[in-house]
Amino acid sequence: MHELSVTQSILEIALRYGNQNSAERITHLYLVIGDLSSIIDDSIQFYWDIISRGTIAEGATLHFQRVPTRMVCFECNHTYLPERGTLACPNCNSIRVQVSAGDEFRLDALDIETDDD
Amino acid sequence: MKTIQVSVVEEILSANDQLAVQNQRLLDDAGVFAINIMSSPGAGKTSTIVATQNLLKDRLRLGMVDGDIATTIDADRAAAAGMQAIQINTGGNCHLDAVMLSTALREMKLDEVDLIIVENVGNLICPSSFKLGTHRSVLIASIPEGDDKPYKYPPMYRGVDAVIINKVDLLPYVKFNMDYFIAGIEMLNPGVKTFPISCVTGEGLTDWTDWLYEQVAQNRR
Ligand SMILES: Nc1nc2c(ncn2[C@@H]2O[C@H](COP(=O)(O)OP(=O)(O)OP(=O)(O)O)[C@@H](O)[C@H]2O)c(=O)[nH]1
Ligand SMILES: [Mg+2]
Ligand SMILES: [Zn+2]
Repeated sequence: MHELSVTQSILEIALRYGNQNSAERITHLYLVIGDLSSIIDDSIQFYWDIISRGTIAEGATLHFQRVPTRMVCFECNHTYLPERGTLACPNCNSIRVQVSAGDEFRLDALDIETDDD
Repeated sequence: MKTIQVSVVEEILSANDQLAVQNQRLLDDAGVFAINIMSSPGAGKTSTIVATQNLLKDRLRLGMVDGDIATTIDADRAAAAGMQAIQINTGGNCHLDAVMLSTALREMKLDEVDLIIVENVGNLICPSSFKLGTHRSVLIASIPEGDDKPYKYPPMYRGVDAVIINKVDLLPYVKFNMDYFIAGIEMLNPGVKTFPISCVTGEGLTDWTDWLYEQVAQNRR
């Protein structure tokens, strides 16, 4: 539901870095999205195609690197990807565990074209 | 023409987060403390806000900002309880963001309140992604929703400062394993405060309001 405002933020960051680096065009965006951030790639792509029109980022390709939810167990130090429907440690069944990855949501890098010199 | 890669590494919600920082500065300059209350629809946000007003009104002047999709029912309930209430029209949006709160704060008479309680849109998914600039975030869970909610909606339980467990008066009638529920919260947000309450019987409410009052008082020091 909030992918439009999220996509506007992506465009704003991309244009800001593009301008700072004198880009003629922005051609690729590299996004990192954790599975816990409840963001849907397709909706971002959909809004992107509309709102990037007429900017130097028009037509840029979006690359999505998904980061799975990762948990770490306090009892046995096991690191694991949780099974569907439970977050408990599959090694020792403990529920003294914590999320260690999966809520990232950031723009890592851009490919841009500049005039040579 | 040459192609180069530019490193960015910026959080995508930073535009919202920056405005959230400005909201908090505005609140701090006015000496006002604010909390953001989130829950699924009907968990008891408005009931808890009204009960909080009744318990704290002799010590603090409370305001309420209500994010509702269509009606002013909740803001009216808060106003009837004697709170300065501002309605945010979310235009069908499923969450509040920092822009909406900033608009509401401009409407509010900040010199006439000590504590603002923001009632977010009833939703267990989107509000967790949008900081508002409030000093604390509180999630209200309620007994009839079931004890598996932390396991099904983990992002909501991360990053909140307290979890209120409302409608404990219904525990005799609903299958709800409190230990399982608390364990789920604890693994997502270790050490977070939990307050089992009932807005119907009043059970547990003063523990909650004592904690809240202490947060407001600490911020003043
Ligand atoms: N049994 C019981 N019912 C409660 C309690 N607290 C609230 N309710 C009822 O739950 C329903 C929803 O309460 P509200 O306070 O309107 O909930 P809300 O979260 O503000 O709802 P929305 O704004 O519509 O998302 C109402 O019918 C309340 O009377 C409680 O502690 N026990
Ligand atoms: Mg309400
Ligand atoms: Zn383990």
